[in-house]
Amino acid sequence: MATPTRVAESSPAVEADRAPASKPKEMHGVAKWADERIGIAKIGKFGLRKVFPDHWSFLLGEIALYSFIILLLTGVFLTIWFKPSMAEIEYDGSYQLLKGMPVSEAFASTLDISFDVRGGLLVRQIHHWAALLFVAAATVHMLRVFFTGAFRKPREVNWLIGVGLLSLSLIAGFAGYSLPDDLLSGTGLRFVDGLIRSIPIIGTWAEFFVFGGEYPGSILIPRLYMVHILLVPGILLGLISAHLALVVYHKHTQYPGAGRTENNVVGYPLFPIYMAKAGGFFFIVFGFLVLMGGFFQINPVWLYGPYDPAKVTAGSQPDWYMGWVEGAIRIIPAMEWHIAGTTWTWSVFLPGVGLMGVLFVGLGLWPFIESWITGDKREHHLLDRPRNAPTRTALGVAGMTCYGMFWLSGGNDIIATRFNLDLNAITLFMRVAVFVAPVIAFIITKRIALSLQRADRERVLHGSEDGMIVRSPEGGYSEAHLPVSKEEEFLLTQHLQHKVLEQGHDTDARGVQRKKGGVGRLQARLSRWYLGHDIPKATASEIEAAHNHGAHGEVEGSHGAPELDGDGTGATPHHSADEDAHSGSTAG
Amino acid sequence: MSHDNLPVKDPELGHPVPNPGLEEHVERYTDVDKGAGDRAYRTILMMLGAVPVLAILFVVIYFAVPRDAYIDFGILQANAMNLGFGLTGGLAVLLIGLAVVQWARVIMGDEESVEIRHAASSSEEERAAVLEEFDAGVEQSGVRRRKLLLGAAGGGLGISLVPAVVLFADMGPHPTAAVRAETIERTIWEEGILLVNDVTWEPLRPEALEVGQLVNAQPANLNDFHGAELQVEKAKASIIVVRMDPNSIKIPQSRADWHVGGILAYSKICTHVGCPISLWERQTHHLLCPCHQSTFDLGNSGVVVFGPAARALPQLPIRVNADGYLVAQSDFTVPVGPSFFERDSSQDFQDGDQ
Ligand code: HEM
Ligand code: FES
Repeated sequence: MATPTRVAESSPAVEADRAPASKPKEMHGVAKWADERIGIAKIGKFGLRKVFPDHWSFLLGEIALYSFIILLLTGVFLTIWFKPSMAEIEYDGSYQLLKGMPVSEAFASTLDISFDVRGGLLVRQIHHWAALLFVAAATVHMLRVFFTGAFRKPREVNWLIGVGLLSLSLIAGFAGYSLPDDLLSGTGLRFVDGLIRSIPIIGTWAEFFVFGGEYPGSILIPRLYMVHILLVPGILLGLISAHLALVVYHKHTQYPGAGRTENNVVGYPLFPIYMAKAGGFFFIVFGFLVLMGGFFQINPVWLYGPYDPAKVTAGSQPDWYMGWVEGAIRIIPAMEWHIAGTTWTWSVFLPGVGLMGVLFVGLGLWPFIESWITGDKREHHLLDRPRNAPTRTALGVAGMTCYGMFWLSGGNDIIATRFNLDLNAITLFMRVAVFVAPVIAFIITKRIALSLQRADRERVLHGSEDGMIVRSPEGGYSEAHLPVSKEEEFLLTQHLQHKVLEQGHDTDARGVQRKKGGVGRLQARLSRWYLGHDIPKATASEIEAAHNHGAHGEVEGSHGAPELDGDGTGATPHHSADEDAHSGSTAG
Repeated sequence: MSHDNLPVKDPELGHPVPNPGLEEHVERYTDVDKGAGDRAYRTILMMLGAVPVLAILFVVIYFAVPRDAYIDFGILQANAMNLGFGLTGGLAVLLIGLAVVQWARVIMGDEESVEIRHAASSSEEERAAVLEEFDAGVEQSGVRRRKLLLGAAGGGLGISLVPAVVLFADMGPHPTAAVRAETIERTIWEEGILLVNDVTWEPLRPEALEVGQLVNAQPANLNDFHGAELQVEKAKASIIVVRMDPNSIKIPQSRADWHVGGILAYSKICTHVGCPISLWERQTHHLLCPCHQSTFDLGNSGVVVFGPAARALPQLPIRVNADGYLVAQSDFTVPVGPSFFERDSSQDFQDGDQ
């Protein structure tokens, strides 16, 4: 946390605005009592007027946070009645269709909560909707952090905590889904059993340890219960606290704009504005989830029936966040190795365990990979506009596309029956699509980002069209341009364009050896691929020249700006005389 | 104020135009127009005023609405009490939120504040001071002179993890060869066990099965099990029995006497990750797993024709007993369900084997 010396400097601008009180105020009552014991005045002085920037995309993390709190509240309510036991009893509740059936205590108590505890169904449904919202909000929040570059120095650690949070929230959700011991949750567990069994070398042992013997055994649900209500929420709580503490310590990033710099933060003070907005927003999220719980049925386990290892329903689907793993498992071709009397079931292990590993390790490494490629070691508190990091943006969209393709594959049977298509053809198509679609998405996104950069550049140099076509005495037509405002001009030009890293001259064939001032070959290549296509933003002299033209009443044309070549991959940003040797124009 | 620890020293780097500074604050309509301000104020009060009404309604519903009352109104079909709770409770909570956010947006002053940032890092002096204090601590600890202390403490701590890990060895039985043979490698099928319909529990007779028909079946002795044991055995022993025209299917030499006039029995447990397989296409003799769409050809010893499963579906050898009922000749000849590491499944039946 920040050291107290820094606290003293908080929000000078605001404090200066307030009329100085003639006499220092004195603390009384409870505040005084508490201050004498725990020093709340110091805490308040540090935190009360802390400034938070305001933007809708900063609400995404808040939605995740509030869903988590709502999960804790509703979850505690559910534990009052839920019995995590696989022991068989005869169902004797008020749901007539299952009366007298042998079911597990877990299943029976879930029905009791749904039919016999007043408000139980509402809370159960809020809990499930909140779980779906939690993972969704965390995912979209992560995308916001990714596309705006909020993970860059100094926030890499918070990004890593975030990756941990996301993976844990998947585990929490899955464990919860399995607790009611209904037909769907049992099917999900059977899948987990197969997944664990497929782990090379230790698979069978891991399976026997997790299930306490053979599947399904009698101890799994009590164990999952412990994981779901104690272990994972405990770790989540700790990680979320650290996550938020770091947000406070680093201060939130802000979008670029007039008056915003790398060294300040512009926004509203915690007390009262941010507190009211954030606190109010908690109630909005909560109210929304309560309405969802009242109006939209979710996981009606009584319709699925108790778990029966000999039954499965066609079209059974996991909760949405597991859909992509399910899809990968569906489309992978069969693959089994036999080595020295053993079996290695890759077609389950790779898409199941392997793919998740790739995703989370890849996410975790990304901030470090990016700063290695760009050579960027500065602190960043101003967010990137996604177009100004075109390769990152394109990679992000490619990743989302790949995820989406896997996710769609998870519903290949539903697609087949809904649209009357051949199931096997869809599967074959998806096997190709998970590789090809991301590449297409990458290319398209990068193109779009670069054209937006070009449009920004044009706008700075030539202003915006004023919508009036003018005919000149010579007979030519032109549209007059209005110069953009100072604020917009600044917004469109303030971003840093990194230089492509140069390969050291003395590197050997493998590019390992580095000369002072240069980098290895791989790093240089990646850097060129990553940064080399930026449209150089308008320079001060170009803007100056453009303004002068404007002043002489001339319109249209790009006299001031250097011509860009066809695909806009002209020159490397930050051209200077001695850098002309490289011109980053490889393929777009 | 000293701002020597700013995050970046050159915030102007690469700016072709200077930062114009914060835009001027524009007063909101509710600030300049008293009428608008008062209206906003009243709206907020009204929203908050509705909350107690809704809360009381919620409690009334709790005590007054019968638990099984049902609302059937167009697409809205739901338990009345649940719907009432959701509506009153949800709106009450939502209104609190909307009112407070509205208060923050239109009534609280909306002038932006500016705060100075600091580098995440400590200053040079702080670093130096900490390093010095650390050195002093190291000195005081005595490890400089008694060097083994650190290694010994670390080693002790490390070794003490071993018992902690060993404590988990009882999480489940150890799947040694003997244990596997008694668990995942066998089912309760045995010579002479009756095949019973898994809904009616009637023993199956060959005459009762038509060509093209599929029946889900269980071993008759499954009835001896209850609770968790029942689930464990059922998870392995479930079978499907199909009758096909013997002339339209391939029956390998080694399995010539495993069927009864075109009636064949297969494990119902998918060899992919173990879902019970259910979707039967009688024309093609294909059996499709609903979980990940592995497709097995029951007219060809259960070999995989599509999908992620890697092994053929195990076949259960059956015959007719003296009373004319279908019974098993033995247990499955290979383990059912997904493959596992310790067993080489490459010798299992493959397309073309005889
Ligand atoms: C799982 C539950 C999560 C919760 C409850 C949560 C909560 C929050 C909140 C409330 C904020 C401040 C507001 C905002 O920027 O939206 C924040 C910021 C942040 N989060 Fe998360 N988050 C979660 C997951 C993640 C994930 C998955 C990542 C990335 C892998 C991540 C990375 C970050 C970073 C880098 C910041 C600082 C952003 C900035 O200052 O611009 N978080 N988080
Ligand atoms: S379990 Fe049958 S295909 Fe996966």
